[in-house]
Amino acid sequence: MQLADVASPVFSWNLVADFQDMWSYAFMVNAFRAGLVVSVVCAVVGWFMVLRRQTFAGHTLSVAAFPGASLAVLAGFSTSLGYFGFCIAAALVIAALGRKGQGSGAEESAVTGTVQAFALACGFLFISLYKGLLEGPTALLFGSFLGITTSQVTVLAVVGAVVLAVLAVIGRPLLFASVDPQVAAGRGVPVRLLGTLFLVLLGAATAEASQITGTLLVFALMVIPAATAGQLTARPGLSLLLSVLLGLGVCWAGLIAAYYQPYPLGFFVTTFAFAGYVLALLLRLGREAWGRAHEGGQGRGHGGHGGHGHGPAALGAGGAA
Amino acid sequence: MSIQHDEMATQETSKRASGGRVPAQQQRSAVAAEPVLSLRGAAVRVGGRTLWSGVDLTVGAGEFTAVLGPNGVGKSTLVKVLLGVLPPAAGEVTVLGGAPGAHSAGVGYLPQRRNFDASVRIRGIDVVRLGLDGDKWGIPIPGLGRAERRAARERVAEVIELVGASEYAHRPIGQCSGGEQQRLLIAQALVRRPSVLLLDEPLDSLDLPNQSAIAALLGRICHQEGVSVVMVAHDVNPILHHLDRVVYLAEGGAMAGTPTEVITSETLTRLYRTPVEVLRTSDGRLVVVGQPEAPARHVDRHAATVAASAGGVTAGAAAGGDDRAAG
Repeated sequence: MQLADVASPVFSWNLVADFQDMWSYAFMVNAFRAGLVVSVVCAVVGWFMVLRRQTFAGHTLSVAAFPGASLAVLAGFSTSLGYFGFCIAAALVIAALGRKGQGSGAEESAVTGTVQAFALACGFLFISLYKGLLEGPTALLFGSFLGITTSQVTVLAVVGAVVLAVLAVIGRPLLFASVDPQVAAGRGVPVRLLGTLFLVLLGAATAEASQITGTLLVFALMVIPAATAGQLTARPGLSLLLSVLLGLGVCWAGLIAAYYQPYPLGFFVTTFAFAGYVLALLLRLGREAWGRAHEGGQGRGHGGHGGHGHGPAALGAGGAA
Repeated sequence: MSIQHDEMATQETSKRASGGRVPAQQQRSAVAAEPVLSLRGAAVRVGGRTLWSGVDLTVGAGEFTAVLGPNGVGKSTLVKVLLGVLPPAAGEVTVLGGAPGAHSAGVGYLPQRRNFDASVRIRGIDVVRLGLDGDKWGIPIPGLGRAERRAARERVAEVIELVGASEYAHRPIGQCSGGEQQRLLIAQALVRRPSVLLLDEPLDSLDLPNQSAIAALLGRICHQEGVSVVMVAHDVNPILHHLDRVVYLAEGGAMAGTPTEVITSETLTRLYRTPVEVLRTSDGRLVVVGQPEAPARHVDRHAATVAASAGGVTAGAAAGGDDRAAG
């Protein structure tokens, strides 16, 4: 199942030749395309998710992708449909049930956990009923980028474009409602409606990511880039841009690494993202210590440099592996 | 100001002459002009219970009004009525010459007790900016509206300068202290140049130096920028020197007027139907105490404060008195 068995390629430091080699396979081209769409969409949606502290909801939605995909395999319909259908349905359930506990995070997280447990149980049932290939569940849980077809890429691109377009329209009020819900409501921003809409977008984004990274490693593309960018800068625009670059960087670096090494894609993507996060955290702590030592207020605009350093750093690590 | 106190106007002038800062003439002209806020016989009912009624209040441009009273009497509810979130059960309420909520662009609002914890990675300047255009849909198209964006940036910088927050506006707001956050939030409420600023306990959870600094800032905004400030408070002392008007809310009734009219033993005794005494310390602070020998039935935070500091928390003693009156 590993690519290394197929081609036994060897990484050279000539990146142009490497990409020509990789992109001579249609499935690799599709994998890179899908990675581009998914990492950009996930980074943007994940940025808002981290800001809104809805990572648990995001995790639950990604878990809901598991029964969706396994039911699709069992019933024989398109897995894309299963992913999107279940994730968006779970988003609506969380939004509807969580609404009663408006203002109380405890209530919402309890509802979210309940939905998550039920989703996992359903997935387990569907897998048992299927009795099919044993590698099925592994692919659903940990992802597989080998089998991405051109039509799947098209679906991903269309859904991704819709998600980004909706976010572009609601982005600013959503930011307002996330940071400062009371004042936003006072200004006539429909805070609840935006919350529901965002959960649906989150469902769509997790459904996309689940198809690449599997339902268990979605956070590699959803949370880590946004969390890393948050360590590097507090400027909303720059932070959003950074998380997109980081997401794309780790995703493609992971694809490259997985092409040349006989280890799974999800491992590489997550490891690079994690390494970037740790570096960013150390950088921030170091910068704060430096700032305290010098008592100077400078170092504010340095976020960009640090951030740009990480994409290439992660890519380099991928190459060396 | 409340209509039934006309005959007290001369008395008020003489009283204010000693410590009063705003000349009575100026007050009169402000009242004569279109009032910024006006309540006439206003009452509010929440869950079938009338919280307060018979509130008469007129606030002119650039006046500083405090809303005082015991916990749970509906001080925040008054702010909600002025925002147009809750309709009054009786009476007439106008804000900026229209129904509450009709001119929301002219009303700045600072809700009660908002804190950004240390993990919030958004700068203060961004929070202020959201107050300016956070409710606009869509994203700015690059290349278009450049002048507008520059104007927005300048306005944000200007209002941050006004509240004295320039030094830390570029830090993540979660890393700012409570007082710094409060200044930034006041800047956010002011950024659209409102005519009225409604604040719900803005001094709550601040230490004493910050309380007086924020009170002075609000007084400056009010009297120099001409913004009418209506502020819910549980202690009148930090803001006493800046106040033009107070509204005391009690179960069933209310009393509005200048501080010297309203914060008196007679008025508060009448309002709360229990003996209340107002004492004045040598430095001009007001201490309001209920009947000394009557113990408070339950120890809430107000009663505790009164007991601990004897520093006179205005509404605190009144709360105790109110409880006794109700019981």
